[in-house]
Amino acid sequence: MSLATNSRREFLKTGSLAMLAAVLAPHMVMAEEADVKAAIEKLYAGKSMASGKIKLDLPQIAENGLVVPVGIEIESPMTDGDYVKAVHIFADGNPLPGVISYKFTPDCGKASASARMRLARTQNIVAVAEMSNGSLFTAKQEVKVTIGGCGG
Amino acid sequence: MSDVKAPVPRVRVPANAKAGELIEIKTLISHVMESGQRRDSGGNVIPRHILNKFTAAFNGKTVFEAEWHPAISANPYQSFFYKAKESGEFVFKWTDDKGAVFEAKSKLTVA
Amino acid sequence: MISRREFLQATAAASAIVTAGGLGPLGRVAAQQKLSQAEILRFDPLGKLTIVHVTDIHAQLMPLYFREPDINLGVGDDRGRPPHLTGQAFRDYFKIASGSAEDYALTHSDFVALAKNYGRMGGMDRIATVINAIRSERGADNVLLLDGGDTWQGSWTTLQTKGQDMVDVMSALKVDAMTSHWEFTLGAERVKEIADKAPFAFLAQNIRSVEWQEPVFKARQTYERGGAKVAVIGQAFPRTPIANPRWMIADWEFGIRENELIKEVADARAEGADIVVLLSHNGFDVDRKLASRVKGIDVILTAHTHDAMPGVLKVGDAILVATGSHGKFVSRIDLDVRDKKVAGFRYKLLPIFSDAIAPDAAMKAMIEKIRAPYAQDLSRELARTESLLYRRGNFNGTYDDLICNAMLKERDAEIALSPGFRWGGTLVPGDAITFESLSNATAMTYPNCYRMEMSGKQLRDILEDVADNIFHPDPYFQGGGDMVRVGGMGYAIDVSKPVNQRISNMTLLKTGQPIDPARNYVVAGWASVNEGTQGPPIWEVVQKHLADVKTVRLEPNASVKVSGA
Repeated sequence: MSLATNSRREFLKTGSLAMLAAVLAPHMVMAEEADVKAAIEKLYAGKSMASGKIKLDLPQIAENGLVVPVGIEIESPMTDGDYVKAVHIFADGNPLPGVISYKFTPDCGKASASARMRLARTQNIVAVAEMSNGSLFTAKQEVKVTIGGCGG
Repeated sequence: MSDVKAPVPRVRVPANAKAGELIEIKTLISHVMESGQRRDSGGNVIPRHILNKFTAAFNGKTVFEAEWHPAISANPYQSFFYKAKESGEFVFKWTDDKGAVFEAKSKLTVA
Repeated sequence: MISRREFLQATAAASAIVTAGGLGPLGRVAAQQKLSQAEILRFDPLGKLTIVHVTDIHAQLMPLYFREPDINLGVGDDRGRPPHLTGQAFRDYFKIASGSAEDYALTHSDFVALAKNYGRMGGMDRIATVINAIRSERGADNVLLLDGGDTWQGSWTTLQTKGQDMVDVMSALKVDAMTSHWEFTLGAERVKEIADKAPFAFLAQNIRSVEWQEPVFKARQTYERGGAKVAVIGQAFPRTPIANPRWMIADWEFGIRENELIKEVADARAEGADIVVLLSHNGFDVDRKLASRVKGIDVILTAHTHDAMPGVLKVGDAILVATGSHGKFVSRIDLDVRDKKVAGFRYKLLPIFSDAIAPDAAMKAMIEKIRAPYAQDLSRELARTESLLYRRGNFNGTYDDLICNAMLKERDAEIALSPGFRWGGTLVPGDAITFESLSNATAMTYPNCYRMEMSGKQLRDILEDVADNIFHPDPYFQGGGDMVRVGGMGYAIDVSKPVNQRISNMTLLKTGQPIDPARNYVVAGWASVNEGTQGPPIWEVVQKHLADVKTVRLEPNASVKVSGA
């Protein structure tokens, strides 16, 4: 049960407690919030957006920054005359603002989809939904990316 | 970094549904989804290589599409819903940055 | 052993003299009260249904000392609200007399004197006596026994048997259902193996397979007790893959999953449940928030944060119970169920004073059998302590100071980091530090004590990140235990600030110099959540240190300056 003498001075420069590197993707140029605005502007220049109708299904805290579930559901009857046409999801703290864009049809029956994304750090997820009548809705939610440990 | 293995798609679709029933379709495909943001040990940017598009068609009609950006995780998962109307076949397609298309099919019987 | 009860009663009276100086007049009166099994069990029954809750036992088969925290800050909406009360504020709120048995059990005040007076608490054989007594009073068909988890971790015997000792004990107690947190540090395969075979239900609505997002465990089970259909929904610790090694449960995804919980409650009601119980390991503040958002839950049995409250808290229609930890308490709640509603309830937090409650013979024999192969190791004396050694507190614990000192010395480090775990017993001055006591504070499946270089900036990032996991004003964004314990370095913390603005004045204590963000420091620590961490198990490091120092004397730790509370 005694300590091996050679274990006393060895250094561990990789592996253990390289907690930061484990979740924060290295060498990334951080995108600013303006990039998301610009990306939305590019799609829907000058159009007004309302809040509501969008339910984002995101963890409060990411368990693994490389695999973060991102679910979305938009309130809509999904009929030929009234349906969700497109949904765009952005992240304001990744190198690039875009995450995913969906095109729904009335055949879907429900405007809901789920995927998994990479998040480089704690940031906001922004969703914009375009309805068949051209109206736009938006929602925003923060996801915390943490180095973890120490749970008691 | 090129893919050692060809992407392998997997889908989970109910085999049977009632007319008007809402079914959830779950798909997975193996792929590194190289973001174009990483550097190799020599400091060179590893070129982007991702699956950038997923489509689902039923009896030849596109019902759902997803455009994927480099933020999408490796081995991408995509789920969505479909309202069953008639018996037929789903065709799922994944397209990569080089234009290669990978496909999976699944039959649905509507009672 | 025969005269244990008499012993306590004699001690309680005699020790009023022994400890009179420390207790004051009120304490003297309180200490003279008889503390008997009958008094502890006394309960004016109500309705037909009784729910018994145990939680966060941390594999403590034997009675022990456990000092409650002297600092337990609440933030945001939870600031200054129970259970975030300590010492006098706790006594004032719950109307507890200073120096009374309840004061000893529930607060840190005058702990050394009161520990001598009231003795150790817990012990699974005493808990068995209490549970058997409740079952025989109410009728076994009317009692539901629920375990909130953190049961199969925290002792040498449970580490050696991979949780089997506690599984056997809880099976013998006829636990109906449990949920989980530290159990997952046995690895996915072992947890599945136990869950599949155990006679109790292992419930967790909030775990999904990473691959296909499918439930990994049963979410809920309905029991017919006391003439009512009681649906029990399990909620495992939502932050397990963040707070503990994710690689041990790589295929599973956790989270609070409020939407799924809402669906479970609705489904339970639709299937005819009269009442719905959430057997939760969320932690108290998360459950308080959840109770305000998820309707239709009648009782939330809280866990994780180790809070013990001698009364319940109501949030809307939900009754929140906090049963404490380490087997110190058993909660009994009687429910009068009428028309699918709780028409009335009565609650008591039963303190398990080990000298007042007779051990159950069968359980006592079982525990002896479990411990026999390890008895020699457990009783081995490593050193003696002249200081009070305890764990709890948001920022420091003297047991952690001892562990940090051991790491600094034995691993030749400038700075030591020890996780803010809430488990592990207390030793009073004069006690032997046995291997059992040390393993109660360290026994876990990722104990390696690493030694590595970290920059001042990395150290700061770690402190900020851990602090945000504890002091984020929204409990849904909290994720950890207490603050990481630091040896060799001091710092100031303003808990009211947002992330990356809480920590300041980081100082290397050896030199008094500010920590340089650009410089590398030699850091020793343990319980890293990363796979493949190298180094000796922490108990070996501390044992070596104890062999050198022989007697532990700790100076008061003033290296963390707290503000904004």
